[in-house]
Amino acid sequence: VPDKHDQHKSKYTVDRMIPGAFEGETVTRRRFMTGTAHTAGAIAAASFALPALGFAIGPIFKQPPHFWEDIGVPEDFSNNNYIPVVITITQGIGEAGKSTAYVRQHNDEIDTDPYDRTTPYIAISTRCAHLGCPVRWVDAAERFICPCHGGVYDLLGRRVGGPPVRPLDRFYTRVVDGLVQIGSRFSVNSELERFSPRDPGEPIDGIGQYLYPSRPSERR
Amino acid sequence: MARRPKLPAPPVPSALRAPPPRPGQDNGATPLDHAKEAGTTVVDWVDERTSLSGAARWMMFRKVPKGTNWFYTLGSATMFAFLSQAVTGVFLAMYYRPDPSGGAYESIRHVTNEVFLGQFVRGMHKWGSSVMVILVFLHMGRTFFFGAYKYPRELNWVIGVVLLILTMTMSFTGYLLPFDQRAYWATIVGVNINGTGPLVGPYLSDFLRGGGEFGATTLSRFYAIHMLLVPGLLIALIGAHLYLVAKLGTTAPPWIKAEKNPELRKAEA
Repeated sequence: VPDKHDQHKSKYTVDRMIPGAFEGETVTRRRFMTGTAHTAGAIAAASFALPALGFAIGPIFKQPPHFWEDIGVPEDFSNNNYIPVVITITQGIGEAGKSTAYVRQHNDEIDTDPYDRTTPYIAISTRCAHLGCPVRWVDAAERFICPCHGGVYDLLGRRVGGPPVRPLDRFYTRVVDGLVQIGSRFSVNSELERFSPRDPGEPIDGIGQYLYPSRPSERR
Repeated sequence: MARRPKLPAPPVPSALRAPPPRPGQDNGATPLDHAKEAGTTVVDWVDERTSLSGAARWMMFRKVPKGTNWFYTLGSATMFAFLSQAVTGVFLAMYYRPDPSGGAYESIRHVTNEVFLGQFVRGMHKWGSSVMVILVFLHMGRTFFFGAYKYPRELNWVIGVVLLILTMTMSFTGYLLPFDQRAYWATIVGVNINGTGPLVGPYLSDFLRGGGEFGATTLSRFYAIHMLLVPGLLIALIGAHLYLVAKLGTTAPPWIKAEKNPELRKAEA
């Protein structure tokens, strides 16, 4: 007869004096049944919860479509003032998917930063770098001005006043077969250095570029 | 009409008296009597099978402390504001189309201008949302200033804070649905405010938009959150909130002092 001390130590149910225990059995049938029921429930729950979760967070990792959009011929643009062009940011939702960019020719006298030497046209996004309202170019003041919270930017899109945390975003441009084309968005820091696109309100100077990581699908 | 004096029954010989009802018979009940009892019969039938009357009595016949006043109705007022939002919202959903390429705005315009009482029901939902937010804060203020969040009611305070956050989520997601200029730009700004949180912000705003830009699914996403996800959570948590109120009881206002037992007062003297 096993003593009381052994009853709690042995891995065999027979030794633990459990009624109806089988020889060599280590897990009670009641415990096995409970575990099986819980496992089956967990599998059933996971089989709808995991796809739903993936469905919900999937867009974060989705590769956004890259396309070039014709915006005119080189004669449409000057090198000392901006022309607004309407471009499609999101396809298939009509007016809600459109945005405005301000475009001018590259001007060696103004665009003296070392990062924009190769861009034939400067295309500035109207999406305010504060919280995303649409800025407009005020010719008389030579400033981009945001109607929502008073963000002000200079000719190059650099912040000169108000709450924005970085300069206005820009778009890639190119000339193909005599047509000016506008491409995908990129963000710039206060030195006009290029970065993968960030949302408004996210500074990318200094530590900001690490606190506000770019999308894995858009990183370049 | 003056009440008639009750006269004793006249002495009638037993042979002439009506025989007493036999057991198992209907005791002389007329169909009218049965009709009068119908309500009780139905309630009894249900109660015999569910024992719900005990729960109903537990919930509704509670002792309330001395000094209970009109400020204690703010929670119920909030709940009725929510019920109003739920009912008007269900009927608005019968007309609304979450279509970003013009259909959403058009369906709202249709409800407002053409549907019978549509402007009224939409107005109830629109202004009722502000009423609900105001009532939530007044209810929260009452709970705070009366000290009703203290032991053992801390968990109910926590549930209340979650209900507040869910109410704000309803306001935020509902604001986009008319899909006019104000709705669109307010949502752009609101989502970007979410994005300013370090590290998680960019992912949170992408989750809300359903992508890197305001896209085809953003509106339907907000609509689903607004009318399916958050209302379900709200109803469940309101149930938990009410259960704890019934279980723990309400507090007396802070200016009501406990009466000392006269026996004890005598002993003290």
